[in-house]
Amino acid sequence: MSVPYSGVRRGLQDWLPRLVLAPSFALVLIFVYGFIVWTAVLSMSKSRILPVYKWAGFDAYERLFSQPNWYMALKNLAIFGSLYITVCIALGLFLAILLDQKIRIEGVLRPIYLYPMALSFVVTGTAWKWFLNPGMGLQNTVRGWGFETFTFDWLVRPDMAIYTVAIAGIWQASGFVMAMFLAGLRGIDSEMLKAATVDGASTFTIYRRIVIPLLRPAFLSAVIVLAHMAIKSYDLVIALTGGGPGNATELPSTFMYSYTFTRSQMAVGSASAMIMLMGIAAIMVPYLYSELREDKR
Amino acid sequence: MRRFLLAGAAISAMATSTALAEESVEVLHWWTSGGEAAALGVLKENLAAKGVAWKDMPVAGGSGVQAMTALRARVTAGDPPTAVQMLGFDIKDWAEMGVLGNLDDLATEQGWDKVVPAALQDFSKFDGHWIAAPVNVHSTNWLWINKVALDKAGGKPPENIDEFFAMLDNFKEQGITPLAHGGQPWQDGTLWEALVLSEGGMDFYKKAVIEADPAALSGDTMRKVFDDLTKLRGYFDDSFSGRDWNLSSAMVIEGKAGAQQMGDWAKGEFLRAGKKPGADFVCIRFPGTQGDVLFNSDQFVMFDLGDAEKRDAQLKMAAAVEDPAFQVAFNTVKGSVPARTDVPDTEFDDCGKKGMKDLAEAATSGTLAGSLAHGHAQPSAVKEAIFDVVTQQLNGQITTDEALKRLPEAVAAAK
Amino acid sequence: MSQREMAIATAAGPSRMNRVVIYGLLAIFAAIYLTPLFVMLTTSFKSLDEIRGGDILALPAHPTTKPWVKAWGSACIGVTCDGIKGYFWNSLRMVVPAVLISTALGALNGYVLTKWRFRGHKIVFGMMLFACFIPFQSVLIPMARVLGQLGLSNSTAGLVLVHVVYGLGFTTLFFRNYYEAFPDELVQSAQMDGAGFFTIFWRILLPSSAPIIVVCVIYQFTNIWNDFLFGVSFASGESAPMTVALNNLVASSTGVKEYNVDMAAAVIAALPTLIVYVLAGRYFMRGLMAGAVKG
Repeated sequence: MSVPYSGVRRGLQDWLPRLVLAPSFALVLIFVYGFIVWTAVLSMSKSRILPVYKWAGFDAYERLFSQPNWYMALKNLAIFGSLYITVCIALGLFLAILLDQKIRIEGVLRPIYLYPMALSFVVTGTAWKWFLNPGMGLQNTVRGWGFETFTFDWLVRPDMAIYTVAIAGIWQASGFVMAMFLAGLRGIDSEMLKAATVDGASTFTIYRRIVIPLLRPAFLSAVIVLAHMAIKSYDLVIALTGGGPGNATELPSTFMYSYTFTRSQMAVGSASAMIMLMGIAAIMVPYLYSELREDKR
Repeated sequence: MRRFLLAGAAISAMATSTALAEESVEVLHWWTSGGEAAALGVLKENLAAKGVAWKDMPVAGGSGVQAMTALRARVTAGDPPTAVQMLGFDIKDWAEMGVLGNLDDLATEQGWDKVVPAALQDFSKFDGHWIAAPVNVHSTNWLWINKVALDKAGGKPPENIDEFFAMLDNFKEQGITPLAHGGQPWQDGTLWEALVLSEGGMDFYKKAVIEADPAALSGDTMRKVFDDLTKLRGYFDDSFSGRDWNLSSAMVIEGKAGAQQMGDWAKGEFLRAGKKPGADFVCIRFPGTQGDVLFNSDQFVMFDLGDAEKRDAQLKMAAAVEDPAFQVAFNTVKGSVPARTDVPDTEFDDCGKKGMKDLAEAATSGTLAGSLAHGHAQPSAVKEAIFDVVTQQLNGQITTDEALKRLPEAVAAAK
Repeated sequence: MSQREMAIATAAGPSRMNRVVIYGLLAIFAAIYLTPLFVMLTTSFKSLDEIRGGDILALPAHPTTKPWVKAWGSACIGVTCDGIKGYFWNSLRMVVPAVLISTALGALNGYVLTKWRFRGHKIVFGMMLFACFIPFQSVLIPMARVLGQLGLSNSTAGLVLVHVVYGLGFTTLFFRNYYEAFPDELVQSAQMDGAGFFTIFWRILLPSSAPIIVVCVIYQFTNIWNDFLFGVSFASGESAPMTVALNNLVASSTGVKEYNVDMAAAVIAALPTLIVYVLAGRYFMRGLMAGAVKG
């Protein structure tokens, strides 16, 4: 780039991009990283109802890890998160492959699979609660059709309730994953597939050996998007179960909220937030590192 | 694009400039159910008559969970609302943070010290200063029974736990849900504390709940309480998990369920549905707790606003809350009893009269204690820790043995 | 997934039978996905008696629009009975500036991070991206403090700021990935012609950014419109957004819960995002294909 600028002009042109970026970066520094530091400070303080800046060391962390609720929340996140991510991806990929078969009414079907993403659980929560409620919903309806012994009471069973949360979560996000995979599929060179077909490869082999490996970027995006939604899931639990029955559907996000705001144990809440952040960092930092290192331009 | 940005900025600027020409009070509360909102409407109109506008800030959600978050945000921002509905120990917590106003002048002028029961003053005052205006006194150890179902079961309300179970068995035979219960931690806790009082009496309640004595929390009486709880679980319907209390009340109102254990705010729902106490439904103290009263008192906590004009409106609101005429109008709708002892009971129905009489007697005989489930027995951290154990035991996640072991541990850990 | 099903999915000329199976599967899934919306819609047109007596999946026998009228204009929320219409406008006043500002900033950031790189641009981007993952519950109290100091407590403007800040990571990601694929040569030749920073952005990148703008706007619009946590914490009361009002409405029941009004209100609350998804869905796909998927 040897463009003959005047010295002043070049100086401005050099600095302008950084100036444009600066406000956004400053906002993120303050409102994200500043607040993380602040949360870290709180987690080592004696804060209960409102922030108090009295040093308490790792007391809040000790309390956190002596809470049966916290272990329940972690266990539930493991169950919910793994189901949510794997089923969303499997279902999303399956639907994307089906939709990619030159379906005439694709334009009608796509928004149907996609719309749950547009709705908040504050909106659909009541409908879902009904649907899962044994007294009014699916169980009642199917029994009404004559299947008297049909039972679907997961919502009120402590050992199964977390799976109803997963079902609703999968309903919401799987269409979005489908869209990501469909976009990925559309980007694949169809000549390559034709060549493989001519070579006599079975459809299954084509998908397994050629198509799915080519979708790697879409898989990665999907995992990242789903992982962060799983960790942040909050409205979902509040709308469906409120964390119950008992504490059967407690997640780290609901745990953090209730300890910070309703149980007046702000330090413990902050400690759980720090643990969550560390968990997220453990997943995200290696991913970001590898992604950003790849393009060496 | 720039034009859009300007338009956006203009729109949001418009939204911030709220007109403050007249005096107004901003009231944060979670009284969104029908009977509650109707009762609050009385206060709104009284204030409107005095030229004070009411800015409503309702935040729904069982016993004020979200409301307390919104409040924390407002206080942290240095912009607290005028008055906030609050319960028991939460008031003390906020008072300790030094963010509340002072109502001493008004209280002296109107002689609150003489008419507000001492048990309430314990929460309305901090360091000897009035910080809150008590609105009402609720009591939690009530049982609400559908009259039709009760008549079919012999017509005699149960007086002890055994008779209670016999009545529930009869309801079961009638083909209705015997006990309407909503599976939310605070509702489980309300049922639990009634059982504690019933099985152990007031002295045991004070020892186990108010003093949180580890031996009482894990002893044989407590075992009976949890056994009762397990037994009661068998009388719920399939869909109880997470149900709001007013929907359970509706089941009793409609005759789909026989009875509900709930505080006297449930009466507000019965009245709103046009039901008459004695004729359509029966209110009794929870079996085995006659003469004892577990109370909780809704209070409007007044925040320090630091602005003379706002403070003037705030005092007008506090005065309106303690106005005897308002106390009658509000409490007859809400189902509670007045927060001052000098209000005549003539306007109240039978349940209300009984409530007022019970309260006065319990206050003199020492059988009045704060309700745990509604924040008048322990700070919220301890309260929630007890809820954890109770709700898990009720839902069969832990056994009674585990519950008895965990209860003292959880209380100790939360302190 | 069985081999048979995979075989069905062949691109090389599926038989008639296979087509039927594919369409059948797609239709079954469509029905499952639609059920909650179907329940909400049908319930909102039923009378209370019908809801109490009936099957939640049945069509309304005597459709009525009364619940809709009530939800919009006269349902009680707290002590006021003006329906949800006021809160609908609150949400709109919040969502429009927040979406426009965060999208504009995201576009500029993406432009700088791909076409005007400087030392450390990857770290800056990485830090902005990580910001997407902060659990919102943990920022409520410090955010409240900042809003108070800025004088934006309990206002729509405050909510706009919050949503812009926590949307920046996503919008920057979208535009950065999109502009990454945009040929550098075009930018360089424009520079040769003496075009400056903003001219290049305005004349060269922006005109071809339609797909990603659509993705970004849809994403931000739905997230901000649907937000409950920030709304309930920072703007309860007069400036409350739709979701907060809806939550209050659903809880504001008398002994008889008006499910039909609740559902009508819920559908009204969902309508803007639904319309955006259905109308712009096609462009959304295009935008995803054009780069957002690359992660």
